[in-house]
Parts: sequence; structure tokens; C-alpha cells
Amino acid sequence: MAIKMKTAILAATATVVAAISGIAYAAGGGGTGDYKMVHKHWHFNGAFGTYDKAAAQRGYQVYREVCSSCHQLKHLSFRHLGDKGAPFYNEKYPNPNDNPLVKNFAADWTIEDIDGDTGDVIERTAVPADKFPPIYPNEAAARAGNGGGLPPDLSVIVAARNGGADYLYNLMLAYDTPKPDDVELTPGLYYNPVMDGHKISMAAPLSEGLVEYADGTEATVEQMAADVTEFLAWSADPKMEQRKSTGLMTMLYLLILAILLWFSYKRVWRNVEH
Amino acid sequence: MSGHPSTYEPKYAATKWLDHRLPIIRMGADFMTFPSPRNLNYWYTFGGILTLCLVSQIITGIILAMHYVPHVDLAFESVQRIRRDVPFGWLLQPMHAVGASMFFFAVYVHMFRGLYYGSYKAPREVLWIIGCLIYLVMMATGFLGYTLPWGQMSFWGATVITGFFGAVPVVGESLQQWLLGGYAVDNATLNRFFALHYLLPFVIAGLVGVHVWALHHVGQNNPIGITPKTKKDTLSFHPYYTVKDAFAVVVFLLIFAFFLFYQPDALGHADNYIEADALKTPPHIVPEWYFLPFYAILRAVPDKLAGILLMFGAIAVLFVLPWLDTSKVRSMRFRPVAKWFFWIFLFFCFILGWCGAETPDNIAIPFGTDAEGHARGLNFTWLSRIGTAYYFAYFLLILPILGLIEKPKDRPESITHAVLGDHSHGAVAAAE
Repeated sequence: MAIKMKTAILAATATVVAAISGIAYAAGGGGTGDYKMVHKHWHFNGAFGTYDKAAAQRGYQVYREVCSSCHQLKHLSFRHLGDKGAPFYNEKYPNPNDNPLVKNFAADWTIEDIDGDTGDVIERTAVPADKFPPIYPNEAAARAGNGGGLPPDLSVIVAARNGGADYLYNLMLAYDTPKPDDVELTPGLYYNPVMDGHKISMAAPLSEGLVEYADGTEATVEQMAADVTEFLAWSADPKMEQRKSTGLMTMLYLLILAILLWFSYKRVWRNVEH
Repeated sequence: MSGHPSTYEPKYAATKWLDHRLPIIRMGADFMTFPSPRNLNYWYTFGGILTLCLVSQIITGIILAMHYVPHVDLAFESVQRIRRDVPFGWLLQPMHAVGASMFFFAVYVHMFRGLYYGSYKAPREVLWIIGCLIYLVMMATGFLGYTLPWGQMSFWGATVITGFFGAVPVVGESLQQWLLGGYAVDNATLNRFFALHYLLPFVIAGLVGVHVWALHHVGQNNPIGITPKTKKDTLSFHPYYTVKDAFAVVVFLLIFAFFLFYQPDALGHADNYIEADALKTPPHIVPEWYFLPFYAILRAVPDKLAGILLMFGAIAVLFVLPWLDTSKVRSMRFRPVAKWFFWIFLFFCFILGWCGAETPDNIAIPFGTDAEGHARGLNFTWLSRIGTAYYFAYFLLILPILGLIEKPKDRPESITHAVLGDHSHGAVAAAE
């Protein structure tokens, strides 16, 4: 009787926990109208998952040629692109500031600076140590240029949305969903069932063949969406690979230590009834 | 200070000299030989685990404070900088954030263990009250710390919680402004929260010292709640419990490491990766998981002040628990009726946690649909009312009354009897 009751309570608790996680999951993936969320198997999923460097490199190209006209990466410096675990890491250049690819990417941007001799505001070419510059001079300008909407910073966007990478990927694909008749859109708003409230200020950012990939990959909307998501997933969690490999060694160490301590415990207590 | 005679003998001239002046080595030695009941199970390893959690939080926290910038314009960015550029910042920052969750997980196990085995009963009332104080300061520290990354949940959580104080009659508004250092959560708030978040862990450390002192004065409780009577009832803390605690600590660290390395964001909110914006309220403002049951109690009543009184009452009732439980029997093992009320209490704590995470008007338990096709059923407000009612009934009605009318089971004469059973001579297989 006693054990049965305890089991029942444990089972009930388990059900509650399962229900909570189920609800949390539904909140992340549900409420998308006619659009069916695609749950992609990302290269970085799982305990051993790493970033697909080729995809992330293409993703940077998509960011540079498409997204960066409105969205900043304010927590990133150019040098981060060449860090260990980053899309453009090259072991020949342990200091990413020396990485020629990173130098080229930086040189593609113009930075506002102060001339040290005259004190004048000047524009100069960026170097790897610079941060990604703001796209708009201020928030008001950003809103004015986007019909009142404020393009969010993308450096941690994958971590900042429920559903993470899947959310971002689906957001870019969901524009094709036909708008239900009962949804009213004011000018400057677009229908997107993945967005909270199903209305978004950003027009469909991707279209077939919008970029030309150097590696010959066909630039379909799905391909570009997946690539830029891979890049932004790295940007949100740049130390993931390092963390997972440290984690593996730590867990193995702790596991062996636990086994040794278990036997120590058994030995110390061998003659003690308790 | 502990009740057992000291067996420490200083061997060298220097240690003899020191022993006459400050017997600190003696204190350490006596800690190691402290007689502990021989039947302590794994639920009793959480004291050691909690000490480790506190030390880990303080060390990671001090290093983070060297890199963190408590300013509304820079705080969010500085946390990102820690995670991206500070050496090992990618490890230390999540270790501190996940560590807070692990700390609360361990403290809840420790507290429920105390509830189940009656560790608050005489002569351990003061020990228990100091523990409740530690928990209270932990809650304050956890809340203050969650504000520091200056994400959306940080900001709006701080706004909601400090808003409670505005509901205090007469002085509420001034009190709230005094706490915030202004009319709203802003830079002054962030600065004082940072200062206090750095201070309180050391208050906790001091309280832990007193907690351990009280523990060594009255001795540990144990799963059968019978006070050790003879030397046979106890074992030296070292090596018996050092090795058992060490094993438990490492198993705990495995769980910690799993979250830290593979699910660092699972216990947090995505919204906290969005920088605080005073003009944009997130759709759901939810506290960290370890506050959810209290959040549910707060929202269970429509009146703000009543909600706050209930929430603080839910913690205050723990302080007087030693005098509410009228039963002389400590361990629930020998309380056949109270035991089930305890498990139901635990169940309702989970239910309250669930309610705290959900929107109050949503349906928790559906009973089908009404004429217009809308789902009908018990919503979360009512479910949290049921949970709140049981929470208080457990302490204010069930434990006081049950202690008077319940017939406890026969208890063994001593720990040794309980361990060895009837045949106290032969070898009995070591039972966990």
C-alpha cells in the first residue's frame, strides 16, 4: 500500500513535469496558423554537434549581402570570425587579426572614427579589431527607414527566441503562406505565421538566386535561410564547440572519479552495518 | 563547541603553542572526528553539496564581478563580452548562472529532507530557523543576481517584484522609490542591486557558519529520528561520511556538468537574451523556476497586498514550523498518516510551480467544452488557489492536529537496534 501510493505520487509528479515541458515545447513551435514548422536537423545539434563551417561561411555571405542592410551584429568584432570554432578559423593564423579572410571582410566595411591629429570625424576602412559598425546612426533613423519597425540586432538572435535556430529558419520560409482573410495588414506590415502576432515589418528578405555562392551551392531560399541560420547560431554561441569538448572530458573525469569514490566508499564501510 | 570530547593531541612545539592560544587545529580535528549517526542516507549529503555550491558561486561571482559593468547601457554588452572575449568567461558565466539553479535544487532537497525526517524538532529549532534565514537571503541574492545581465526578464522581473512593495499601505510608494533609487528600475537600481548581490553571499557564508555551529552542538538528526544513545550508534565523520559525501558530490557535479556544458540555457528564458527595454513589456513575465511556486501563491488572490502577504507568509510559516508540528515523533517513517500528507504537500509544490509558469486564465485541467465550443475546466488561478490552500493547511492545520491524534508506529530502541535488527551479533548485510 505504502509503496503503491509513493509510486502513484511519483508518477503524478512525472506527469506534471512532462506536461510542463510539453507546454513549453508547444509554446515554442505552436500557433503558426496554416504554416507547418520544419524541424531541421542542425549540424550543431546534439552532444557532439559542431557548426557546419562551409554553411556558416555561406551564411556570412548572406548576412553581408542581404541582412546587413538593416541588421547589426553589435556584439561581434570582425576578428571573432577567425577565432577557434568560428566559420573562418584557420590554424595557420592563431591570431585572427592576421587571418587574410578576416582582414578582407573587415576592409569591406567603413567605420566612423576621429582623426587623431585634427579631431575631425573621419571615415576609415575597418580592421579585424573593430566591432561590426551600426547600420543606422540611431534608433529613430532605423525606425524611419523601416516603416516604424526596429530591425533587431542579430548577434544573439538565435538564443533570444523560443525555438532558436528552427524559429529563425522557419521565419524566413513562412512568407509564402497565404494570408487568411481575417488578418488585416496596415501598409508596411507583412503576414508571417511564425512571427508573434503573425505580422512582421520585414519584407521577405530572401528570393531564389539572391546571392551567388563561391562554392557553387545553389542559392535557393531554403539554402540561404539554413546557411544564415547556421552563421547566426554560431554568432549567438561562439564557444559551443569548445564548451562541448570540455564538457565531454569533464563528464568522463567525473564519471571515473565517481566510480573510484564508490569503491572507496564500499571499502571504508565494508565492516559497518548501517 | 561540539558535545564530544576532543581527541586532538598537538604533537609539535608549534602546534602546542598555537593550541594554547587559538585551538583552530583542534576545531578542525574535532570536526573530522565528529560522531555522526551511522544510518545517515544520501539525503543527508546535501549539506556538503550546498557548501560546495556556495563556494562555487562566490568564486565564479568574484571573477565575473571583475569584468561585469553595472551600468544600464553597458551591462548587457559586458556579459556578452565575458562570454566571448574574457579568458574562460564562456565557462564561468554559465557556471554562475546554472550554478544558481543547482544551488536552489540542492537547497530544496535539503529542506524537504528536513521536513520529512523532522529535523526542525527539538533540540534543532534554532538550527532550522538559521536554515530558513539562509534560504531567505538566498532568494534575495538569486533575485538580485538575475537582474544584473540586464535582459528583458531581468528588467521586468525587477519591475514586478519591486512593484510589490508599492502595495504596502501608507508607506508603499516611498518604500518602492527608496528601494529603486528613483521612480522606476534604472541605473540607480542596477547599481544597488549589484552592490547587494556582492554583499549577500558573504552574509550567507556567515549564516552557514552559525548553521554548522548549531549542527555540531545538537548533532545531526537521522532517518529514524532517534537520538544516538551509545557510541555504537555513531561513526566518526571522517572517513565514513567524508567518503560518502564525496561520492554524492561527484554525482551531483555530473548533473551540474550536464546542464552547464550541454543545456546551459535550458533553465533560463530566451527573453533574457534581449537587452532590457523599458518601453517594451514581454508577453509573459515569469520568474526563474525556483521562484515559481511562490509566484503562483502571489497570484492566487486578486488583491495585490493579500498576495504579497500570502507569499511572504509562505516563507514565514517555515520559521515557526517547530512549534506548529505537535508530534513528538521526528521521522515520517513512523508517522503512517502524516507521511501521506507530506507526499501530497510535495506534489502540490510541483503543482504550484506549474501554475507559476502558466498564464492564470488558461485552462489547466480541461473538462470538455461549453456550448460555444470553448474549452472548459479548472484554470490555473483556481489550481493555484487549491495549491495555496493545501500549502498553508499543511503547516497550520494538518501538522498541528495530526500530531495530537495520529498513532505513531513502534520505534526502534536505538539506531543500532534499527540497523542490526533483532540479531545484534551476527553479520547483517549492509543495507542502504
